[in-house]
Amino acid sequence: MEIAIISGKGGTGKSIISAAFATLIENVVLADCDVDAANLYLIFNPVHEEEKIYIGGHKAVIDYDKCSMCGLCISYCRFEAITTVNNKITISETSCDGCFLCTRICPENAINMIQNDKSRMFSGSFRNGKMVYGRLAPGEENSGKLVNMVREKAKQVAKENGIKMIILDGPPGIGCPVISTITGVDKVVIVTEPSVSGLHDMKRTVEIVKKFNLNPWIIINKFNLNNEMSRQIENWCKKHKISVAGYLPFTSQIVNAMVQQMSIIEYNKNSEISKTLGTIYNTIIHE
Amino acid sequence: MMKIAIASGKGGTGKTFVATNIFYSLCKNNRSAMLVDCDAEAPNAIAFFDVNLVNSDDVSQRVPVISSNACTYCGKCHDWCNYNAIFILPPVKVIQVIEDLCHGCGACVVACQYDAITEKLVSLGKVNSYLLNGVVSLIEARMNIGVMSPVSVIKAALKKADTMADFIILDSPPGTSCPFIQTALAADFVILVTEPTPFSFSDLKQSVETLKKINKPFGVIVNKAGLGNADIYFYLEKEKIQLLHEILFDIEIAELYSTGKIVAETKQYLEIEFYNMIKKIMRQYGNSDNQR
Repeated sequence: MEIAIISGKGGTGKSIISAAFATLIENVVLADCDVDAANLYLIFNPVHEEEKIYIGGHKAVIDYDKCSMCGLCISYCRFEAITTVNNKITISETSCDGCFLCTRICPENAINMIQNDKSRMFSGSFRNGKMVYGRLAPGEENSGKLVNMVREKAKQVAKENGIKMIILDGPPGIGCPVISTITGVDKVVIVTEPSVSGLHDMKRTVEIVKKFNLNPWIIINKFNLNNEMSRQIENWCKKHKISVAGYLPFTSQIVNAMVQQMSIIEYNKNSEISKTLGTIYNTIIHE
Repeated sequence: MMKIAIASGKGGTGKTFVATNIFYSLCKNNRSAMLVDCDAEAPNAIAFFDVNLVNSDDVSQRVPVISSNACTYCGKCHDWCNYNAIFILPPVKVIQVIEDLCHGCGACVVACQYDAITEKLVSLGKVNSYLLNGVVSLIEARMNIGVMSPVSVIKAALKKADTMADFIILDSPPGTSCPFIQTALAADFVILVTEPTPFSFSDLKQSVETLKKINKPFGVIVNKAGLGNADIYFYLEKEKIQLLHEILFDIEIAELYSTGKIVAETKQYLEIEFYNMIKKIMRQYGNSDNQR
């Protein structure tokens, strides 16, 4: 079974909940799909068994020995990546989308495409199973393709090791990486928090999950920060026939566990919050 | 005019809280200011102000339309498309554009020698302008759900924000990838908001690396100070990174913020602290006239 934990807004507690789920049962594959800011390895410190280069795309580079300054490339580039700076054709690395059009139309063959090969995918073992995660090099386009690579690897590792549960810690937002995370999963959990922005982002996230014909589960994290807002979220969910899997309180124990590099379950198995997480997990798995 | 981006590697550290409260503090002190919400995937800034929408510009992208009458199924457009957005089966004369994968580069149009490809516009999102107290002071980038990348919508919002305001506050998207870079590049100075926790610390290091790479001056605000541990402070000292401000963890702040209130309105010390911080940044880094 594949469970994806997502949230429209960052910082709602996706990784904390993923870490808790990953230590509630024996033997899981944990995949960190937040390739832009992977964090779970900080808690579980996995032993790397495999590292793969991820080619994120290409960037155009000018060969000034060949460039005749005709400027044809400028007129063709739709990403406004090519300009003239001090009488020199210049390509902005951050604006180039890697479409190859400039290379193809340059009459002097003066533009080459260079691969972005600084992003990585790691896979290995941690104390409760296997872990897979990606690290996108700073500044590269946040691509769902690396998420796909992480998920494929997670499935392969699960199969090879006879592991039945895959937990996907998703990226924030509603774009391509989130879509890559939830495509084809069995269950989607949306973590939200009781704030005006939390509710707003949750609505956008529910919309995207519904497009995949999935019925998401909602977890309201830090519910006690604003009980009135928690009720509003609950009512909205009821109205839209979406199930609230449970409520988690704000507690500094969560931060303390993180500092000790433990999930909350490992840190204090008998705490109220750990018990609640256990109940939530069982609800999600069995219903 | 000075443009200041409020960013963080990780979501939920308090970017929008800091951005909206700085903007409020500037307005309160009679400085002309504009707030641009560049978090196009999850824009939230307008929820904190009593604003009226005055203008909504569509941001679109060109995608190809292939005429099956003119097409010879030669496959050149397919070869030139680097995003696998053109699906072709020549033996059975099938050619299709997968619009979700298209980046609108136009390579297929140039490739086609039979004039079989024209283009149409597809909406990516909107740039909304809002009136606050009679002046357009809030711009919002809002991407449509499921669009590949928010960058075009963010760029359009940044263009729209080029006005005469003394201060333009950019509420950046989270992360260190393209959307963040586009926002940071447009700023004269970047404020990174972080928390003293291991997750935030890891993300902060990544943001710092990225900002150093693009040579952008920056400083750090530690939010929710008192939680977590001290690793972040050792790092800032070692790397000689300016600690601009610390906001002590206060459950009342979290409660006020969650109801959609500007915290500095209730807790006036924040208004004064934020305003003084911006004045200091202005003295150190202002008037650079960043052109973009």
